[in-house]
This record gives sequence, structure tokens and C-alpha cells, in this order.
Amino acid sequence: MADAIEEHGTSLWKDAWIKLSKNRLALFGLAVLIMLILTSLLTPLIAPYGYETQDLDMGATAPSLQHWLGTDIFGRDMLTRIMYGGRVSLMVGFIATAVALVIGISWGAIAGFFGGRLDAIMMRIVDVLYALPFMIFIILLMVVFGRNILLLFLAIGAVEWLTMARIVRSQVMALRNQEFVEAANSLGLSEWTIIRRHIIPNTLGPVIVYTTLTIPSVMLLEAFLSFLGLGIQPPESSWGLLINYGVETMEEFPWLLIFPGIALSLTLFALNFLGDGLRDALDPRTSKD
Amino acid sequence: MAILEVNGLKVYFHTRNGVVKAVDDVSFSVDRGETLAIVGESGSGKSVTCYSLLNLLPKPPARIEGGTALFDGKDLLTCSAAEMRKHRCDDIAVIFQDPMTSLNPFLTIGEQLIEPLIYHPDRSQIQTRVEAKRTAVALLDEVGIIDSQARFDCYPHEFSGGMRQRVMIAMALITDPKLLICDEPTTALDVTIQAQILLLIKKLQETRNVAVIFISHDLGVVAGIADKVLVMCDGTIRETGDTDDIFYRTQNDYTKKLLAAIPEGAKTLPNRAKSDETLIEVTHLKTYFRNQLNTNKSKENRFVKAVDDVSMEIARGEILGLVGESGSGKSTLGRSILQLAPTTEGSVKFSGQTLTGLTAKQLVPWRRKMQMIFQDPYASLNPRMTVFETLSEPLLYHGLATKKNIANQVRQLMDDVGLSQAQLRKYPHEFSGGQRQRIAIGRAIATKPEFIIADEPVSALDVTIQAQILDLILELVERHNLTMMFISHDLSVVRYISDRVVIMNRGVIVEQGNTETLWAAPKEGYTKELLAAIPLADPAAERKRIANI
Repeated sequence: MADAIEEHGTSLWKDAWIKLSKNRLALFGLAVLIMLILTSLLTPLIAPYGYETQDLDMGATAPSLQHWLGTDIFGRDMLTRIMYGGRVSLMVGFIATAVALVIGISWGAIAGFFGGRLDAIMMRIVDVLYALPFMIFIILLMVVFGRNILLLFLAIGAVEWLTMARIVRSQVMALRNQEFVEAANSLGLSEWTIIRRHIIPNTLGPVIVYTTLTIPSVMLLEAFLSFLGLGIQPPESSWGLLINYGVETMEEFPWLLIFPGIALSLTLFALNFLGDGLRDALDPRTSKD
Repeated sequence: MAILEVNGLKVYFHTRNGVVKAVDDVSFSVDRGETLAIVGESGSGKSVTCYSLLNLLPKPPARIEGGTALFDGKDLLTCSAAEMRKHRCDDIAVIFQDPMTSLNPFLTIGEQLIEPLIYHPDRSQIQTRVEAKRTAVALLDEVGIIDSQARFDCYPHEFSGGMRQRVMIAMALITDPKLLICDEPTTALDVTIQAQILLLIKKLQETRNVAVIFISHDLGVVAGIADKVLVMCDGTIRETGDTDDIFYRTQNDYTKKLLAAIPEGAKTLPNRAKSDETLIEVTHLKTYFRNQLNTNKSKENRFVKAVDDVSMEIARGEILGLVGESGSGKSTLGRSILQLAPTTEGSVKFSGQTLTGLTAKQLVPWRRKMQMIFQDPYASLNPRMTVFETLSEPLLYHGLATKKNIANQVRQLMDDVGLSQAQLRKYPHEFSGGQRQRIAIGRAIATKPEFIIADEPVSALDVTIQAQILDLILELVERHNLTMMFISHDLSVVRYISDRVVIMNRGVIVEQGNTETLWAAPKEGYTKELLAAIPLADPAAERKRIANI
């Protein structure tokens, strides 16, 4: 009976997990990401200082026992600020990308699968949104609804899904005419079931790769918006913001640039390792060993 | 003296999973004006053998581990890149399998034809465009391209498959080679076109006195044109000898198996139809597609009439063979009956119930009763679903099994189609073509259908596998009381399996009747032409047939 249970359990996702757990680099990436997320969640409890606590006597000191990563020009502890910054950056990265993923995949899959007039209309909407100057769009949102961090996530996500939709659509259009989709059709499966079971899993490769590219670009976008005064404002912090300020004082106080830079790069490395691992794990054609 | 003499050729592929002996100790020779056929199933090493002569193999993973290949006394395997280029240009030419992909779509065929003449590696032999064009046009005439002067400036997409293969032959012959390698040159072509191309190759060989190596998986094709046959399997030679010896005095067991697997001869069983009950009734069915290529908006060309006013019936329990060449509308007719292609006019009745005009939802219970087996077992299975998932999906979806007893039902299916239960957890890419087709058949019979349409289910398979799958289909039809429509371009296969035959051409039914009656006395000209074009696996009869054309 034991193997009957095993048979039930076999699915793309279970197999993918088994394969992923054998991929050391991907596991390392996953571990780093989990660590970063946990740190961010627990920041208010474990941060050594308050993120706006100033110690004006200690303005811009190099790393020391008291301030492990040094302080900024206002004497605020860098470790604390990087920890708080991570909360914002990771949240922007993941939420905005999740928004982009959900909208992009559904939009692209529906347009690609049904084709014809529906496809034409849906893709023209994408084209129009592409053509809208992104900055004006966000500034308008901020002006109308006020500066709000959640709105920022939505706004970035609402722009990033456009490319995702195009990628998924082209994949789906190639898959739609495959015989296994026609076979599913002749079994009488509903269109929704076909999209969910037969189409979307086969688009995952490029989607995962694009996702791992989207998360860092979203984090940098947030930094850019904050720099323009549309996102996070000091004394709150985000990695992008810290890096921006770090660049200004790079020559005198290099630690203000180096440490937030390391935090961001570490995340990107971890994401890339995990993304590569996931892509391979979700493709049954790569061997199980 | 032989123009090409290959001795002890060994080509190994060094892959991550170990060494694959693609070609292991193969020796043969070809004389001028002689045709050597290399026959084998996929993976037998027949193509690798020939590609290694021209240094066309990817290295790595391929490595030539030993042997010599003397061409006019010089070894091809050890010659320098420059010498090889000269050989390829002057002495040895190749015709590839797929005429659709072996021509560059962005260059006119004329431009591609004269390439070897105007870019010849030996400067003294470079011809001017005008000279080269004169040679090329004469050659196009020779291979049977009508109006060659004008066609010289056409692009590949303006030619049909058969015409492209003629252009490929002209390309191969333009430098007047001494050796011509044909790698399955007719496999992608319709049977009547295949007959023409084979005849052309035979004729050109005689007039030009070249040596030909003809690679094929089909002993039938080879019978009429080969002087010698080399049978390969798993990289080794199984049997070699004169064509007559191979066919009439077969020594080797594998060759015997190959010959036995060719579907041939009359069907001996009586008609399977058990009653007069009509299961499928098609009346005046028309399926038109909007013509994408039509630019001039004229009324007649607005639609491609894939199926044009077809009426037919299928009795319960019989196997109906539907035969036609590519573009005849046979697949579209099949899909229209299953309501997978939108029909334009007419009706399809299943067991008295009209299916045309039903909505997708109304069709669901009927879908369970009609299934389809597809041609390409590599495309018809979702690569990201295990066999278990593929087979359980229809059962669960139609409520034919519960989560509890699904495992047993799927195992029963695996038994039915002759697969081991231990393979349930595997993904499609881990199976061979024949095994995949078994999985696809398993999916089709999972819902216990009454009617199955098999669309060229064996044409992507090797001949021995083909025979196994045909027998499996016959067995399942008997056991599950199925009614089947068997679509194929291969007349021998259809004759072997079906009770009744419908012949289609250009969207209409040309002729129909009981298989043996139709074979014995075809009425229509098109049917006669089709039947006459079937290559026979019998050298004497085949030579007689060719001589008569």
C-alpha cells in the first residue's frame, strides 16, 4: 500500500521540491532569503537602536563595537537602519512582484488562450499602459490618493505586470496548438481547467526567470521613487534610499554605501540561485539526480 | 575499384550518462553507379554513419574512435578542414530528410543553387553568376521543375514539398558529385510524390553514374532502387548483401523481424461491424477556414474548404480507414466529427444525437464517449504531468473514479496498454516513442469511449514499433467493443487494419468501399494512382512496377 500513497503524492510540485532539496546552491539561496525575511519581521524586537534615534556626538563614525556597521551623518545606527530598510525593500520587492505575477499570468494566459478579438483588446490595453509615462502615472496616483506605502506597491506592481503578460501570452500561444491541449479538449475539460493544469505549468520556466529579474528591479525602482520624494521619506529607510545617500558621501564615509550595498547584493544573489534552482526543478526533463 | 570504402568505422558519443556506441565497427563499400541502402530504425546509427564521413557530427559529444573511410583512396576521417570543404563542395553531396527546413527561406532557390559555384573554395573554379545560372537552370529542368527560368527567382515557400525536394536534389547535383547521400529523402512526402522522387533519383543516378547511399527506415522504399542493402541496429551491421538476398534469402533474425513488421497483404478477418446500427452519421458536412493568405478579397478564395460537403456513415463496431494525402482534409474531418474544429455547415450525429450546434457544456457528456489518439506522441502528452496524472485526469474529471480507487483503475489502464505499473511516476520524456503512444492510447480509452478517432497514430513510429501499436489497437477494439476511424496516409497500414476505407482528396470523398473490394477494383482514377504508388517490399515486383511508370 505504501507505493499507492506515493503514487498519489507524485506531482510536479512534489517532484520539484525533491529536486530542489538536492540543489545546494538553491538551498543556500532559500536559506539566505528566509533569514532575511525573518530578520525583517523581527526587526522591531531585535534592532539595537531605534531607526530615528540620533546620537549627534557620534555623527558618521566608522564601524565599532558600539555601532557594528557605523553610523550615518546624523549619528543613527546603520545596522538598525539597514534592518528597517530591509523591511520596506523586501516588502516592495515581493508584494509588487506578486501583484505583477498574478495580474500578468492571468492576463497573458487568457489573452493567449482565447485569442481573436479578446486577445486584440487585452493586448491593446497593455500597449496603452506601456505607452503611458510611468512617472506621470505614479505621480498622479500619489497626488490623488496621497503618499501611501501600500499604494506604492500597487503602483509598481501595476507597471511591472505588462512585460509578464506579454511573455506569458507568447508562451501560451505556442502551447495552445499543441496536441496535448487538444487532447485535453477532446476529454471535455473546461477551458479553465485546461489553462490551469496544462497551460500555466508549461509557461513556468520563463516566468520564474523573469520573476527573479523583476524583484531586484522593483527594489531599485522603489529607491528611485523615494529619491524623487515619492516613496519612503527619511527618517524611515529602505535599502535603495540608504544606497542613494551612501553614494553622496561615498568618499568620506564609504561604509554608508558598502553595507546597504552588501545587503541588496546578497538578496539578489540568493534570488538568482533560488530562481535557477526552481526553474530546473520544475522542468521534469532535467534529471532527478 | 569502389569509390567509397569504409572499414571498421566506430563513432562513440561521450555523454554525461556514459559512452553510447552509435556506430560500432561498420564496414561497407559503394561503387560508381551503384546504390547502397542503409536500413535501420531510429537510433540504429544509419545517419551517424553517413554524417561522420562528411564531418557533420557535433564534436563533442561525438568522437570517431577508429576505422577508415577511403574516398578515391584518400581517408575522409583524417583529412584537414580545407580538404573536407573541397570534398563537400566537389565530390560528396547530401539530400536531407525534410525539404521544408533544409532550404533557407530568405534566399531565392536560384541563389542557394549557385552558391557552391560562385563561392567555390578553389579560386580557379569560381564561375560568374551568368554561367552559374545557366548551369542551375539546366539542372532544374533535369529534375523536373517546370518553367525553370522563372522559378529560379522564387523563394522556397512558393514551392510544394515535392518540388522543394526536387530543388534539394538539384542543389546536391550542381557540383556534379561522385557520391550522393540521401538521408530519408522521401519520408516527409506523400506517397504519390514519394514515388516520383524515387524514380527521379533512380533516373539521375543512371544518367550521371554517381554512387548513391540511400538511408531509410522503410524496407519497402528501398526494394526497388537499391543494389545492395545494409541492415543496421544499435550501431552494428546485422546483415548486408545484394537486395535480392536480403529480401528473398534473409539470414538474420532482425532483418526477418523488420520484413515481418511491414503491414502487407489482404485482411483476412470478416467485417467487424456487428449490427446495422449506425454510430456516426455525417451529412453534408462543411468545414471552412478563413484564408489567411488571400489578399485580394475575391469571394471564391475567402475560405479554405478543408472539408467540402462530406456525407458518410460509420457502423457500430467497425474500423473505418480514412486515407488521403497531406492537405486532403482528412484530419480536419476527424476533428470536425469530434467537434474539435468549428464546422461551417451540415451535421454530425452520434448515436442519433446531433452534435453540431451543441455548446461546449452540452458536449461534455458526449466527449466522454468519443476520444482521439494523436499522431505525434512527443506533442500529445503534457511534459509536466506524470503518467499517473495524465491517465487519472479523464477518470477523475468525468467522475468515473474516486480518489480512493483511482490508483487501481490507472494500473488497470497501464496493463491494458502493455506498460509496466512501475513506470507510473515517470514523465513523458522518460519513455520511447512507442511507449508514449501507448500512454496516449491509455488516456483515450480511460473514459470507456464508444468511438475513437486515431489520427495517424503510427506514422511517427519505427516499423517494428508500428506493428506492435497496430496490434494493440486491434486488440483494444475487440476487447472494448470500440468503433474506430483510422486516419492515415499510409495505404498499407490502412489495408491491414480497417474494414472499410474512405478515400479523400481536396476536401471531398473520392471513393469508399470495403477494403478488399476497393483494393481489388478501384473505380476512380485518383484511387488507382494512390494504389499504384505504394512501394512494395518485394524487389522483383517493385522493379517491374518502376519500369512500368
